[in-house]
Amino acid sequence: MNEVELLNWARGPGLVGASFIMVFGIILRLFEIFSLGKAKEYAEVRSSGAMGGIKTIIQRSIPEPRYWRYIGAAYLFHVGLFVVIFFFMPHILMFESVLGFSWPALPNFIIDIFSVLTIGGMIYTLMSRFTNPSRRIMTVFSDYLVWAVTFLPVITGYMTFHRFVGDYTCMLAIHILSVELLMIVLPFSKLSHSFSFAISRWYTGSAFGKRGTL
Amino acid sequence: MTKKTHRLSDELQKHGISRRSFLKFCTAMASAMALPPMAANVMAETLEKVQRQSVIWLSFQECTGCTESLTRSHKPSIESLIFDFISLDYHHTLQAASGDAAELAREQAMHAHKGKYILIVDGSIPTKDDGVYSTIAGMTNLDMLKEVAKDAAAIVSIGTCAAYGGLPKAAPNPTGAQSVSEIIKDKPIINIPGCPPIPVVMTGVLAHVLTLGIPELDSHGRPVAFYGDSIHDRCYRRPFYDQGLFAKSFDDDGARKGWCLYEVGCKGPVTHNACATLKWNNGTSFPIQSGHGCIGCSEPDFWDAGGFYKALSTSNAEPGHWAGVALGAGAVVGAAAALANRHSHKQAESDKTEITLDDMKESDA
Amino acid sequence: MTTSLEQGINTLKAAIDAPTASYFSSCVHCGICAYACIFYTETGEAKYTPMNRLEPMKRLWEQEYTVLGRLKKLIGLSKAITQADMEAAVELNFESCTTCGRCSMICPVGNDIVYMIKKMRGALTAAGLAPPELKGAAVRAIEKGSVMGFPMETLAAQVRAAEKETGIKINIDEPNVDYMLLLSSAEVVQFDEIIGSLAKIFKQAGVTWTFSSKAHEAANPGMHMGAKDIEAQQIEQMVAAAEELKVKNVISPECGHAYMAIRWDGPNVIGRPYPFKVFHIIEVLDQLREQGKLKTNACCTEEPITFHDPCQAARRGGVNQPQRNLLNMMSSNFVEMKQHSACNWCCGGGGGVGSLEKTEELRKRIFHRKKRQIDELGVNTVVTMCATCRNTLEEGLENNSMDVNVIGLTEAVANHLLKENES
Repeated sequence: MNEVELLNWARGPGLVGASFIMVFGIILRLFEIFSLGKAKEYAEVRSSGAMGGIKTIIQRSIPEPRYWRYIGAAYLFHVGLFVVIFFFMPHILMFESVLGFSWPALPNFIIDIFSVLTIGGMIYTLMSRFTNPSRRIMTVFSDYLVWAVTFLPVITGYMTFHRFVGDYTCMLAIHILSVELLMIVLPFSKLSHSFSFAISRWYTGSAFGKRGTL
Repeated sequence: MTKKTHRLSDELQKHGISRRSFLKFCTAMASAMALPPMAANVMAETLEKVQRQSVIWLSFQECTGCTESLTRSHKPSIESLIFDFISLDYHHTLQAASGDAAELAREQAMHAHKGKYILIVDGSIPTKDDGVYSTIAGMTNLDMLKEVAKDAAAIVSIGTCAAYGGLPKAAPNPTGAQSVSEIIKDKPIINIPGCPPIPVVMTGVLAHVLTLGIPELDSHGRPVAFYGDSIHDRCYRRPFYDQGLFAKSFDDDGARKGWCLYEVGCKGPVTHNACATLKWNNGTSFPIQSGHGCIGCSEPDFWDAGGFYKALSTSNAEPGHWAGVALGAGAVVGAAAALANRHSHKQAESDKTEITLDDMKESDA
Repeated sequence: MTTSLEQGINTLKAAIDAPTASYFSSCVHCGICAYACIFYTETGEAKYTPMNRLEPMKRLWEQEYTVLGRLKKLIGLSKAITQADMEAAVELNFESCTTCGRCSMICPVGNDIVYMIKKMRGALTAAGLAPPELKGAAVRAIEKGSVMGFPMETLAAQVRAAEKETGIKINIDEPNVDYMLLLSSAEVVQFDEIIGSLAKIFKQAGVTWTFSSKAHEAANPGMHMGAKDIEAQQIEQMVAAAEELKVKNVISPECGHAYMAIRWDGPNVIGRPYPFKVFHIIEVLDQLREQGKLKTNACCTEEPITFHDPCQAARRGGVNQPQRNLLNMMSSNFVEMKQHSACNWCCGGGGGVGSLEKTEELRKRIFHRKKRQIDELGVNTVVTMCATCRNTLEEGLENNSMDVNVIGLTEAVANHLLKENES
């Protein structure tokens, strides 16, 4: 198999398979979560909790300034990932081809800056797994795997864009394949936080909202 | 068609080509191939001394576009002279002989220049059903290729069909088309892909083979000198790509302003060829300059890369079409998992006993 | 004996619900919850990282409620929960967590960690591992109606003394009044001046109220243990008492956990809504203030005061504004701690931790956070609205030889009003 065949496979059957597993996995995980149910609230609530839920979903996306030192790099790479994934033109074309609609892209030099921030943030976050005591005690082996699976698309994408090594076609194929690996791993690892975060925030936020704290 | 061998320098003089213009040609060739300046002199000296090189040109599953490109894209120029000074001993389109006489010429050349002739192939070779899908004088392409390749000094695969199978090999490949390199394993093979290849690339590579031997090749057997860079890297529209300025269709404002054609399917980033630098029609233009994206014709399997007008970063399949199935499958398996979860949950609920005040009174064991 | 490891695991399994599953699905092991936890910030010991306390629960969730986890269990890749796992969890869930819920405010993915800690405690209780102090308190609370074991007779004596002092009649078991008042044990014997104070305030405001001889205390050790069955027994006693007296409102005392138990947990552990409303005493006082029923005609004090928010009443219970309204009414110099209301730092005594003998040394260490918060402000008076906080603050300030006065908010309001009226 040469790199052109590899690229064609990655863009075709590979992508179809990975998307399938990702969608399948996310739906499965949602069923798993919601099947466990939640006890009815019998206490007289102060509000419906909807506002609290929405507020929490939004507010927790902004780090508390006083914890910036410990969590800043992690937030930074999340912002970086968001910008790079959703505002790099070739990526938007990909989404458009699947979703049927698109949105404006950012110029490449801005994407470039965010890529560097993402890479930096991820490396810092990985190092903090060794140096930060509370993070280290929480760390399990799969955390490193998940980190690598997330880092691969970023670094291969960056290398592809800048043509740092090897053949562009080959790098592009590897980049797409690494994204596919990420898509497959996503629902079945802690990367599930990419969708379950909204559920957790909603549950907590609406509970606080009902009690009047939010 | 076998001729008496002559020195190239004699022939040049006979045709009124001065040494100065010959040197100019060699320099141009050398620079097109990014050879060091000294190479031009070496080429000139060697070319002057070489004898006419016997060449057998086999055309298989092809459209003659490569020959057209080679012969018709230029006014008679010094490049075409090269063909006067090779001995083109067999070529369907160009040879005068036909039928048995033509085949005889081929056999004579093979015999007279055994081990020394160069084999040029255009077109792919059908291999399915013993190769019956294309025959010449009752002989399958497959057999003819094997026969001629056996005593060739080197093989040059001209065009994407010969180099990588090309259009005949496109899915579902009904004839079992293969490239030369898939069939012949024991000869040096130079691939000059393109649909068709750029004329000067063909002549340049031949000049190199005649003078300096086989040029440096990439992993796809292409001369690095012409195929080392991607179209995208050398494209004059590249700055628009970097700034994020794209034509969204072929008739929008962006297209008129000459912005990057990535979004309308340009395959420049994954295509290695010299179009953006050497251009076509005597350096006049190339597809992107005339407003169409690169279709990637010098890459293996370019025909199956998912559509000329589909952006490179999009899928060449339809992952969206499977989303519904994935949702359904997820829901079915999810529902099963949910039932299992509910069952475990209820089981645990009924298995646990009520905690009573008596439990609180137990002394700690 | 019905408690056992198996019972603990069953209880935990039954307690895992959709929010829990979403929390574990979301946790990325970032460890930032540690920075919200006094046990970590004041000791630097990584084991106190809040999410780390829930390891057995996480494992069980994965094994029982995820397809991948079930497969892993099937091929022996994940270990079942052992007695040793559960025993190790006692320290992390009972002895070094006040269920203050500050971590739940910080978690980037929004996990309510304390929600799960309470479930974990329930499982440990079902496994027979609850701390003996809490078990004893639960027995006293249900059998005698008082966590410290002060029977109704003790309260009756205090009521008679207060009546004598104030000359106001204080009802016991009087039906059809506006409010039924519950107290905490500390208020029955230690901070008993509250009884007279409230009698005066309510009389002045024209509000009718009563104690019930069937339920006079609200603190609920069953809740601390996550033992819903026990918690419910006590709640049922209160509901029966309130229904018998046909009161429309029940007042929770100045006690954070009591408020949490009777206001928010109660209806859910008994599985039906109350036929009455529940208010924290401070909410009631603020309502009276708003209605203009707290009569005062002189200016407020200028002495700087600050307020310590009890975690269960403020952060987790939603009572954040009434105490501030009352403080601003009384003082022109009320200063906030750097982090307050929903993000206040715990005093270190809640969640039953304050009643565990083992935790004494640890409590001394973790109090330093509160000490620094108070030092920063340089105030001489800290007001709070929880008897446990008040005790913890007093003990901590004394240990650190700090000359700071701690006072309950109800008492402070009473003093303020009475001072005005006497002058």
